[in-house]
Amino acid sequence: MEQDIIDGLKLKKDQVLEQWLKDQAEASDYSNNFNTNEELEGQSAELVDILLSTLNEDTLNNFSSGDLEPLTDYISSLTISRARQGFSPRETATYIFTLKDALIKVLGEIVAGEPTKLYSVTLKISKFIDNIGILSFETFITGREDVISQQSDEMAELSTPVIRVWNGILAMPIIGTLDSARTQIVMENLLQGIVDTGSSIAILDISGVPAVDSLVAQHLIKTVNATRLMGAECIISGIRPEIAQTVVHLGIDLSQMITKATLESALKYAFNTLQLEVRRIDKNKAN
Amino acid sequence: MERIPILKMGRFLLVTIQVDLYDRLALTLEEDLVQMVYDTGASGVLIDISALSIVDSFMGRIIGNIAGMSSIMDAETVVVGMQPAVAITLIELGLPLAGVHTALNVERGMALLESRMSARPDDTSDADDD
Repeated sequence: MEQDIIDGLKLKKDQVLEQWLKDQAEASDYSNNFNTNEELEGQSAELVDILLSTLNEDTLNNFSSGDLEPLTDYISSLTISRARQGFSPRETATYIFTLKDALIKVLGEIVAGEPTKLYSVTLKISKFIDNIGILSFETFITGREDVISQQSDEMAELSTPVIRVWNGILAMPIIGTLDSARTQIVMENLLQGIVDTGSSIAILDISGVPAVDSLVAQHLIKTVNATRLMGAECIISGIRPEIAQTVVHLGIDLSQMITKATLESALKYAFNTLQLEVRRIDKNKAN
Repeated sequence: MERIPILKMGRFLLVTIQVDLYDRLALTLEEDLVQMVYDTGASGVLIDISALSIVDSFMGRIIGNIAGMSSIMDAETVVVGMQPAVAITLIELGLPLAGVHTALNVERGMALLESRMSARPDDTSDADDD
């Protein structure tokens, strides 16, 4: 019985598409969008095509059926491409749900005069399209989450370089917030750098850290202590006036650590410790 | 029974831990070392833990204990060659080993001990008497 109606729908494919495009035009207040009309029409035609070719009595009642794979794949790729093009989730959802209206309108013509039958089929079609909508939401969110996690990974890698400033002196500029995961990476990289280069002084520059709270301070103290255990000395540099204010207001004791206002003064301290001297060469005298 | 050798090098004692330290071995080392400091009157102890890759809170405490005991017997303790992973573990366990001196390797540890000894004038006169 349902198969008859589905076959009827398949015959009226062109009408479904036409109705859908009309509904889309009515529903959209995004008339001048990125997609040209031909592109949108082509996309819609392809979707209707795939939808109706995969739709049968079995798949209508069972959305997780394997036969629906072409449709779910197409919906996923469509959602991702729309998300990348900058469509809002609302626009994509409207796009999918106007298809429901179109299908139901055409259904009304096919099973005219049989309200009970129309009702039951409408219910099923409605549920089917809702499932497509849910799928597109899921894909949308997964896509976004992938991008976010990829970005945070890249940031963690990018922002923790160990720089060998001088023979025996390492510097590590920290840019961005210092949370537990970052601290772990910073600590590991710094300690490994100390082992690899045999450096005895490490400078941790925090001028790129936006705010220092008690947790960040604790992370800093941990890093300094770990460096000390390795047998190297750790200097914290880049203490901006605001940071100094917050640290003291919070009552954090940094007196156990060597702290300097700028990287320059940290470097000077390091040269002093290593008994090095930087001098200007007087060229006239040399000649 | 297995023991960790303690070598006497001039005024200093040198302990290199080349095996994985288990609890009983660590306790024996603690006893032996303190006895050795007493017997030799050493003024410095250098513990090389570069081969130690696993450390737990007990081991961290033993290292701290040894340093504390040596220092009240007037011997400076330097722990050298700690692995990054070990350092991070000790810090995460809340054992920063406050009283212990550290150095990157045995060579620098020796230099550190020497410089600390020269800072103690009466000690050098002791050494001259020996």
